Amino acid sequence: MPKDNCIIEVEGLYTRFGNHVVHENIGLCVQRGEVLTLVGGSGSGKTALMRQMLGLETPAEGTVRVFGKPLRNQNRQQIQNMRNRCGVLFQKGALFSALSVYDNIALPMRELRTLDEDMIRDLVMLKLEMVEIAPVHANKMPAELSGGMIKRIALARAMALDPELLFLDEPTAGLDPELSDGFVKLIKTMKSELTFTIVMATHDLDTLVALSDRVAVLADKRVVALGTLREVINTNHAFISNFFCGVRGRKTLRSNNSIL
Amino acid sequence: MMPENQDSNSLLVLRRVTGARGIPCVMVEGNCTLTAIGGRIQQIAAEISQLANEPELRWDLTQVAHMDDAGAVLLWRGWGSHQPRYLFVKPEHQRFFERLEEMPAPPPPVMRDRLWPITVLGKAVFLLWGHLVSLVILAGQLVLEIKYLAGHPSRIPWREISANLYRTGAQALGITALVGFLIGVVLSYLSSRQLQIFGADIFIVNILGLSVIREIGPVLAAILVAGRSGSSMTAQLGVMRVTEELDALTVMGIPHSLRLILPKVIALGLAMPLVVLWTSAVALIGGMVVAEIQLGLGHKFFLSRLPDVVAVSNLWLGLGKGIACGMAIALISCHFGLRIKSNTESLGEGTTNSVVTSITVVIIIDAIFAVVFADVGLR
Repeated sequence: MPKDNCIIEVEGLYTRFGNHVVHENIGLCVQRGEVLTLVGGSGSGKTALMRQMLGLETPAEGTVRVFGKPLRNQNRQQIQNMRNRCGVLFQKGALFSALSVYDNIALPMRELRTLDEDMIRDLVMLKLEMVEIAPVHANKMPAELSGGMIKRIALARAMALDPELLFLDEPTAGLDPELSDGFVKLIKTMKSELTFTIVMATHDLDTLVALSDRVAVLADKRVVALGTLREVINTNHAFISNFFCGVRGRKTLRSNNSIL
Repeated sequence: MMPENQDSNSLLVLRRVTGARGIPCVMVEGNCTLTAIGGRIQQIAAEISQLANEPELRWDLTQVAHMDDAGAVLLWRGWGSHQPRYLFVKPEHQRFFERLEEMPAPPPPVMRDRLWPITVLGKAVFLLWGHLVSLVILAGQLVLEIKYLAGHPSRIPWREISANLYRTGAQALGITALVGFLIGVVLSYLSSRQLQIFGADIFIVNILGLSVIREIGPVLAAILVAGRSGSSMTAQLGVMRVTEELDALTVMGIPHSLRLILPKVIALGLAMPLVVLWTSAVALIGGMVVAEIQLGLGHKFFLSRLPDVVAVSNLWLGLGKGIACGMAIALISCHFGLRIKSNTESLGEGTTNSVVTSITVVIIIDAIFAVVFADVGLR
């Protein structure tokens, strides 16, 4: 039974790769307007879970419902509509190396086939400004960009159609502390100005603490904790203690002293 | 406190001394490390083994400045994988020997299955079957896309087809012209020498015309295009898979089969017959030049006689082969490209397999055409 406020609903999800079981009976509800972070050790399947929410993989069993509709058994048009309402930031940016920065961001807009080039130009420039990239970089190719710029432009492309749902896969991986902070600040600003839901998979405690409304912890093939950061920390599980309450964890949580 | 830099002058030295109360002792001095041991491993190992034969010997390692795993293992092996009865060693170096004592046995070597020829053959058959099934699925997917496009002609990916046409066709003209010309020259030269023996110079037109237009032109062009465009398509798709660009396309609702693979197949299907025509023409020109030089056969005569001796059906056969080979090359290249995993080994292997398979399939298609059309075009 779909709950009204769930923008993504996962029910009874099983994921198997050959004989290797990654997820067993996972259920999850991502609420509209929140920032949900997926946390888990390496190999816990948080990227696999995100890929199934995106429809890049089909689960062995179970359903995933996005915007209230199941991901399977949809015709091309319905799937396209759903895809237009989602934006994805991949771990290494995944900018199309054959296209310039401008064309990368313009691609989703051009695919709609309803906007004319002038409007597309205005929109692309707005998106570039939103991620704080100067217009002079618009004609560069992705190979000429630095890591931080690639992530920002990938974020601009993910936001090209002003999606209601944004997926971030390790958004601050590989960024130095200053760039990481800048990125987190950017997402916070965007979140305050626009309304969208974010599903994020990350290892980084600082990003997690700064951005999350709720945290879902994946371990032992299931969701062992789901709730606000305070609720999750107080849950009794070996992985949670090691992750959040290890040496690094305590330092991060202490510096964000609203939690501890 | 910063550790002292390892002084390279402190080489490992074993000295046998007689200590207090006449007890024999071995003093180990210097750095017991890989760099300090240097090239004298055999020599030192022999010394240690020899000294280890005396169980009452005391080993004094307290003068050792630095020790690492290599030094510890050297000593350990010399001692016969156990500590000597009397060992004096600094506490921080003691742990090396403790670790060696607790070291688990290495894993047993992988025994080769006695039936390995059968296993390898079986796996190869399954692999081949897997490839065939995937290829058929890919071809089927393309047929479905064509059916979709028939109903939605506005979605035909003109730009992608045009870009691929340029890259696989127009940019291949240089190399195919060069190779075609040279092959024509060589073929003509060898044939004319033989024909002159029988005084049958005029038949150079038959030989060159028939072989180039029917066989050499298409096969040569196909092999060159397979090596050139096949490998680039495979590499492009493979890298796109690794950098997640394919996933990025999917989440934007851009289907791979429609926008990446179908344009490649169509473009190569269109470009190949044209490249075949081009290659055949240039090969014939090369042959004509040599015929003129070698046999004194004028090019005007050559060109006027050509349509009389070579039926037009040969030309259509050649172009038909081009279309079939072109589409096969594109399909195979894309198939291998989509299977590339994210490591360098896989990329190299994938492109190699792609080119080798494409060329093999081209030859197979040539053989099939030869058998099916054996009675066509040859009088």
